[in-house]
Amino acid sequence: MKNDLVLRVIGKLLIPFILLFAVYVQFHGDYGPGGGFQAGTIFAAGIVFYALIFGLDNARKVVPDRLVEAMLATGVLLYAGVGVAGLLLGGNYLDYFVLDSDPIHGQHRGIFWVEAGVAVTVCGVMLKIFYMFASRGERDRDVP
Amino acid sequence: MGLTAHLPALQVVLPLLAAPLAVLLRHGGFAFGLVTACAWAAFAAAIGLWLQVGALEGGTISYHIGNWAPPWGIEYRVDRLTSFVLLLVSGTAAIVLPWSRASIEREIPADLHYLYFAMFGLCLAGLLGITITGDAFNIFVFLEISSLSTYVLIALGRDRRALAASYRYLIMGTIGATFFVIGIGFLYLMTGTLNLADMAERLRGVENSPPVLAALAFITVGVSLKLALFPLHQWLPNAYTYAPSAVTAFLAATATKVSVYVLIRFWFSVFGESLIFEKLPLPQILLLLSLAAMFAASFTAIFQDNLKRLFAYSSVGQIGYITLGMSFDSVNGLDAAILHLFNHGITKAAIFLLIGGMVIGLARPGAVLPAPTFDRLAGLSQRMPLTCFGIVIAGLSLIGVPGTAGFISKWHLILAAMEKGQFWIVGAILLSSLLAIAYVWRFVEVVYFKPAPEGATKQEAPLSMLIPAWLLVIGTIWFGLDTSFTVGTATEAAMQLVKIGK
Repeated sequence: MKNDLVLRVIGKLLIPFILLFAVYVQFHGDYGPGGGFQAGTIFAAGIVFYALIFGLDNARKVVPDRLVEAMLATGVLLYAGVGVAGLLLGGNYLDYFVLDSDPIHGQHRGIFWVEAGVAVTVCGVMLKIFYMFASRGERDRDVP
Repeated sequence: MGLTAHLPALQVVLPLLAAPLAVLLRHGGFAFGLVTACAWAAFAAAIGLWLQVGALEGGTISYHIGNWAPPWGIEYRVDRLTSFVLLLVSGTAAIVLPWSRASIEREIPADLHYLYFAMFGLCLAGLLGITITGDAFNIFVFLEISSLSTYVLIALGRDRRALAASYRYLIMGTIGATFFVIGIGFLYLMTGTLNLADMAERLRGVENSPPVLAALAFITVGVSLKLALFPLHQWLPNAYTYAPSAVTAFLAATATKVSVYVLIRFWFSVFGESLIFEKLPLPQILLLLSLAAMFAASFTAIFQDNLKRLFAYSSVGQIGYITLGMSFDSVNGLDAAILHLFNHGITKAAIFLLIGGMVIGLARPGAVLPAPTFDRLAGLSQRMPLTCFGIVIAGLSLIGVPGTAGFISKWHLILAAMEKGQFWIVGAILLSSLLAIAYVWRFVEVVYFKPAPEGATKQEAPLSMLIPAWLLVIGTIWFGLDTSFTVGTATEAAMQLVKIGK
């Protein structure tokens, strides 16, 4: 679809806003509908959109496979790390109350990092699945 | 609060942290070191928990995740039975992981090694999580974590049939997990809580309502699929046969056992004995299915040509003994079930580890590993005396020869049957043990009495594989002679469960 001028222009125009909307959904998750899961999916959808227009190879230059794999792991680590931070600060595992001197602010801080972890992993998983399926044809061609 | 107060959380978190770190490292050797260290740390945590529960004299440890008190927050709950199963799962992982280094070298492409160890860590975290959590939905989440990683681990097998076996397990396992979560949904509908202890209290009085009975049916069938109760065991033989040897050993010792634990937990701690054993014909059904497993699966095992497959069918038969113990509705019956869960776990892990080492020894250097079929095993005892002798000892434990762990659990099972006055069951247990003699004898005959092929040289499995495997073999003898740990813990656990259920 690289030769489709309208799609290319619209895509270039829209993709930054899709990514921005993902970030909005992420940070708005505390107060309204949204959160890490949705944000991660929307962010990945932006990249998938880019890959559909400009091709998989170009998308791989933007978000390489190794980065995707690292994202999968980093999100989980971030989530579990918040739990361990609670442990180290003298609370139970995943205890947000101790993350700040003000317990309510501690809750905010905890949920923020946990949601960030969720977003990173979900985005990574979405992209991993997309890359796996999208590159199936190539791999079959390599093997006669 | 010191570190010891957080052991319930660390128990699950350590292997859970190891998995993503292994992915980030992208290096087989580092991943191996990390996951193995975490498995050993988890084993240490399990020992710590066992000591802590022991000091409580029949009490339970309750750990509040996120400092939210139950029933609102998620609670990790450790009683005698929990700590016993935690010991089995983390102990097996701690022994299988060092063993698996040399084995996956030959079985899995080098660029996938770090992913193998990551999956192993996740599977371990899932199984430990199922065991330790006191929250019904949390059990489902951990069940999915362990199941999904198990499917991947099985599919890593070098045989192409491993993919089909894994897919089959995926379908059956997903049906099981779906049934389980439907059951939880019904229970949540009736009680408004997901905390198991709270749920048990709120169920008193509404036990006979249709949603609760439906929940019981869904949960029982769903978990039975995962634990390979006789007619629902179809996924097991192929999965065990084609999975990498280390995975087979780990799963045979832990995955089905943890599912048995979930069933015991729901039957005795949540639904309560009066519903299960007095109002419904469940014990009769379970008794019939257990007997069918003991005879049909053991009988099928005799005619298998692949050694791994033979012992996979034997596993289905041995699970029959565990469920038989559960069907008695007595402290002694439950005691025998819990004992056999542990004893059979270490016995089967020993056997599958030894078979894995045998396969490595059979292969020419650099060649594809052969399947351990009987025609390749002729006269093997001269080439691998230690491996073969180990399998024979573990085989004796499967039969239930005095002096081995298998004897202790079968003895307790027979005592429980006699206590019920059902002497025909005693006969059935002895008869089905004869079938076990038949399939173990097949191995002995081929390995010890058939002449070895010309030009065969003595070649044992590598030491890094022999030592962990023999540790387990010695374990089967140790727990057959000194029963203070196993019988003591199992009896305490059974008494604790029956007390809750009344």
